[in-house]
Amino acid sequence: MYATEFQESLKAVEAAREANIACEPARMTAKEKEDLLAAYHPDYKKSEFATLRVGPNKGEAVPRELCELLEANSRIHADDVDLSDVRYDVDVLVIGGGGAGASAAIEADAAGARTMIVTKLRIGDANTMMAEGGIQAADKENDSPAIHFLDAYGGGHFAAKRELLAKLVCEAPEAIAWLNNLGVEFDKAPDGTMITTHGGGTSRKRMHAAKDYSGAEIMRTLRDEVLNRGIPVVDFTAAVELILDGKGRAAGAVLMNMETRELMVARAKTVIIATGGAGRMHYQGFPTSNHYGATADGLVLGYRAGAKLLYADTLQYHPTGAAFPQQIFGALVTEKVRSLGAKLVNRQGRVFMHPLETRDVAAASIIRECTARGMGVDTGSGEAVWLDTPMIERIGGEGTIESRIPAMMRMFMRYGIDIRREPILVYPTLHYQNGGLDINVDGMTPNVENLFVAGEAVGGIHGRNRLMGNSLLDVIVFGRSAGKNAAQTAKTVRPGKPTLAHIGKFDAERAAAGIRTDAVSPRLLPDYTRRSSET
Amino acid sequence: MEKMVNIYLFGKQYSVPEQLTIMRAMEYAGYQLVRGCGCRNGFCGACATIYRIKGDRELKTCLACQTKVEEGMYIATLPFFPLVKQVYDIEKVSPTQQIMMQLYPEIYACVGCNACTKSCPQSLNVMQYIAYAQRGEFDKCAEESFDCVMCGICSTRCPAGISHPQVAMLARRLNGKYLAPRSAHLENRVQEIHNGTFNELIEALMGKPVEELQELYNHRDIEK
Repeated sequence: MYATEFQESLKAVEAAREANIACEPARMTAKEKEDLLAAYHPDYKKSEFATLRVGPNKGEAVPRELCELLEANSRIHADDVDLSDVRYDVDVLVIGGGGAGASAAIEADAAGARTMIVTKLRIGDANTMMAEGGIQAADKENDSPAIHFLDAYGGGHFAAKRELLAKLVCEAPEAIAWLNNLGVEFDKAPDGTMITTHGGGTSRKRMHAAKDYSGAEIMRTLRDEVLNRGIPVVDFTAAVELILDGKGRAAGAVLMNMETRELMVARAKTVIIATGGAGRMHYQGFPTSNHYGATADGLVLGYRAGAKLLYADTLQYHPTGAAFPQQIFGALVTEKVRSLGAKLVNRQGRVFMHPLETRDVAAASIIRECTARGMGVDTGSGEAVWLDTPMIERIGGEGTIESRIPAMMRMFMRYGIDIRREPILVYPTLHYQNGGLDINVDGMTPNVENLFVAGEAVGGIHGRNRLMGNSLLDVIVFGRSAGKNAAQTAKTVRPGKPTLAHIGKFDAERAAAGIRTDAVSPRLLPDYTRRSSET
Repeated sequence: MEKMVNIYLFGKQYSVPEQLTIMRAMEYAGYQLVRGCGCRNGFCGACATIYRIKGDRELKTCLACQTKVEEGMYIATLPFFPLVKQVYDIEKVSPTQQIMMQLYPEIYACVGCNACTKSCPQSLNVMQYIAYAQRGEFDKCAEESFDCVMCGICSTRCPAGISHPQVAMLARRLNGKYLAPRSAHLENRVQEIHNGTFNELIEALMGKPVEELQELYNHRDIEK
């Protein structure tokens, strides 16, 4: 139930609902999209970026907050750690316990490698757990990996590394089959046909889902499988620095117990960075849909050791973050709400865009509606637009919301808003790190041998924007691939003498560039203490 | 000026803004959380919490990230609870009642007190899904337990020592793998890809200049 200040606008939305359901707004032309993005998308706001002065991407612009971390001091000095005192000795060290890390560990274990997961929180405390809408795969008669490729390539502004994207789409059906065989419950018709819908920017209905707990269902199944296999999971322990060997190859990591702060050495033949995204950096002051540990740690670990970043200047702002009530500010409202028929509506009850434009375009369009056009609704903590959820029940029949998006219904019901009867208020929220560490098609970084990367910490799979449902897919496809390849590589690697010399080298480069900073990285966790809001 | 309420974190009093969730209130009070905090959005089950309002007899349970503070709230978080997770090989088990008897025999000691259901922050009918598991009705157990975030609150309240979330996890995997209908179109497509059916199409796309791909993309046909 909304307070009186919203009632006038709410009446306009209700009055226009029938007409809005019937209306099929035009999609924007390529030129319209380009102009809209340039004027309103946060990635185009030059003042929010800084140029890196050290490291492999020296001279390139990244978000100011990320620049500070990439140029920062290590949490340790080389002589804080005795590298001969080895606590863990494995073939494959997986850093991160989300969907990519778990998939990698399962495959590495299946390939016979001694595998270990280290994670700063618990296994499953990850963005994978929070992915709601679904996972793409071209497995229907009217669809093909080639059509999937074109949708994703265009949606990512033709910037994806083609060989990575081709791998993503070609291995997608196999990824779904793998998950299904592990026991993941996908939404199916009685004859076994997968129930699939559109996502923003898809030209075929290829979004597979498990209600709106798609990521949670995948993550809890992967976690269960990791535990069944007896793969060691060292939780509440962060990797704070990579260990290299004399030839500059990855050979382990320095770990830190998050509670006791004890430092430990993990030696490995290959290392997989699967540390996820960066929403908790709150770039440009945005709220985020991400989990508590999303602080770009893997980018920092890789960068300091010499690995290159790709597209680190592009972030995804999910168009529909919850804007009201304040308790769930920034929480994800899944794109599936629009897949099921809900449209975006402004203060006057007018539909102002096609609901299934790509995420960057939709986010920019909402920002324009709330700024230049002055058509936003004042929520008390900012402007927002309506997402008219009751349309779903009108289009799909009563009960559609409860059966297809129960998590959304529950999230708003906790605050007295029944989304079957009332629309909700939304505004873009920081959602996904499009860029990350550069990899080749086997998942290894070109600059640091034996260092693999998988999941959101990778850059280049999607280009400069990602389609809904391609991230759950990428954590599975590239997670599995990294696990297999890291295990294979580990069979022949003979690591040389371990060293942390790259810390001193980076310090010298920083000093030579005239940078003085007290900042240390990786950040590990955001600091929300003694503040009444996260941003 | 923000309206403040008094809450008691592990018995100690703090004054916090009334609109905060329990999790945000702990941070406002100065806690840098390491445990008991995961997704912050009600999906991961890290922040199981137990509380009582001063003067009230009833003990309540919730997720700290999904619940607003109230005046006089006595709060204890349960960042870890020793659930029993049995290991098994998903390829070697079969979806019969036998497997529950083997792995989680304690479910047959359920006394029907319904404390699990009353405590569930997701409002699931926990006792009912355990009943389905007892009878080997794994499809029903899977459906009834689907929204479980595995916070473990139910198990803290159970006099029979049942690890409900793990029982449901097993049921869902059995259902997803063995009982739900198979997807023929998916299996066919995997086979086609193995046979190289799409190789030429993909390679042709990969080899095209960007301008040509832009044309194709901007004029592609979109399924209604």
